[in-house]
Amino acid sequence: MANDHHAGKGCVREQRPDVEDRRDAMRVLALAGAETLAAAWSDWQDKPRIEDIRRAETGLVMLRGRIGGDGASFNFGEATVTRAAVRIGGSVGHGYVLGRDKDKARLAAIFDALWQGEARARVEREVLAPIRGDIAAADTRSAARTAATRVDFFTLVRGED
Amino acid sequence: MYVAVKGGETAIRNAHDLLADRRRGDRAVPDLTLAQIVEQLALSVDRVMTEGSLYDRELAALAIKQARGDLIEAIFLVRAYRTTLPRFGAGEPVDTGAMRIERRISATFKDLPGGQLLGPTFDYTHRLIDFALAAEGETAPPAERQPAGEETPRVTDLLAAEGLVETSLAAAPEAEPGDLTRAPLEFPADRDLRLQNLARGDEGFLLALGYSTQRGYARSHPFAGEIRFGEVEVEFFAEDLGFAVPLGRIAVTECQMINQFKGSAKVPPQFTRGYGLVFGQSERKAIAMALVDRALRWQELGEELTAPAQDEEFVLSHSDNVQATGFVEHLKLPHYVDFQSELELVRRMRREQAAARVEEPGEDAREAAE
Repeated sequence: MANDHHAGKGCVREQRPDVEDRRDAMRVLALAGAETLAAAWSDWQDKPRIEDIRRAETGLVMLRGRIGGDGASFNFGEATVTRAAVRIGGSVGHGYVLGRDKDKARLAAIFDALWQGEARARVEREVLAPIRGDIAAADTRSAARTAATRVDFFTLVRGED
Repeated sequence: MYVAVKGGETAIRNAHDLLADRRRGDRAVPDLTLAQIVEQLALSVDRVMTEGSLYDRELAALAIKQARGDLIEAIFLVRAYRTTLPRFGAGEPVDTGAMRIERRISATFKDLPGGQLLGPTFDYTHRLIDFALAAEGETAPPAERQPAGEETPRVTDLLAAEGLVETSLAAAPEAEPGDLTRAPLEFPADRDLRLQNLARGDEGFLLALGYSTQRGYARSHPFAGEIRFGEVEVEFFAEDLGFAVPLGRIAVTECQMINQFKGSAKVPPQFTRGYGLVFGQSERKAIAMALVDRALRWQELGEELTAPAQDEEFVLSHSDNVQATGFVEHLKLPHYVDFQSELELVRRMRREQAAARVEEPGEDAREAAE
């Protein structure tokens, strides 16, 4: 429902489960800390040759909300986004990440390229799995801290029946 | 006559050096790091991002540091920075229903699914200065509790199920929302443009306008149906990839205001809505935005125009603190030639008035003679 006005694009997503998997990998790379990706790349054995096909560049993406949370869209402010693209073997990897960190965008592109090739399982295991674990742990802790602030209402009984 | 005046280069350079020195302050005090500002002055960062209309925590922190803590100056710096960057495009609309909630309260329903989650709030503090913060010391980690795992539906959806609140209008399939960073604002402005303007508008200005609606200037009996704060995912449809790419998460505050509405010839009595959505935990701003959004909808809802908060030209033309500060503060820049001509004008008028008195002695002169 949320994607009604991009119905065409939504259909593309639903029909291509490989795209969903890649989107999920890219989500993890975008949420990762720059140092985490740098360390993962530093630890990567047998580094392949990388061709930079789009040098990292920082720009703006206009963010949109929906009127009332669920109505027509409106622009509510921009965000800095940095993107890069690399070719590794036959794969073109794209990095799109919030912020201005060019190294992070390029590393995200490198891992996206590797993920599309024969090294997918290795990227999943050595790079994405630990980051997924960190994100899940942080989210669980945040949710638990929020849950501790949940109000438990109780009723005071006055008088006797 | 146009008179070019040059000079002051050395004075300006030295003034800026002096500014840099004052910014740094006492060298015996450690220099402020951006991480400290991001972590410990987070709500200043949120305000600068919201009104600077650019989500980038570290950039906002740098602007705050450069501006010596003057938030409007920092907002100005952020707005100027964004003009140097190319626009990649527009993101997919964020889904606040799927927010990772860190705070969620409703002033209208005590027992709502998902519960009242207070989160990190100043509410219910006693506003007593905490002198313990002046001393160094570690803060204990907060309490944790197993989340109930319930859904947290929007309060407006709960009311909508009974048909008691207006439903949001979806956009036409291919409708692109207006963008006032691309085209100058024209009146009348549609609600999408009004909300964009309010989202980046000055918190103090919107706070005062929202307050005025509560005091009776366009009263609309508001209730904070729901305020939620937390992280939402941002996606961007990348043409070169052909699908929406996840970019990461941003923190936002959303306010759903519910207002009384007595109905019209076409619509039965029901609640109407005002909406606020801002970056970070900017709750006061989100509430004020929702109040003013609702007030600006008077025409659509068949209400009377009686108050400043309903006047879209007044509200939207004066909400931007970068525009406002530019025009107000330009008064301190040299106006030597303008003022010389004014001075000459006043002198001439005085001469003419004095000359007229001499020619025709008036009442005053005769009285004085008697």
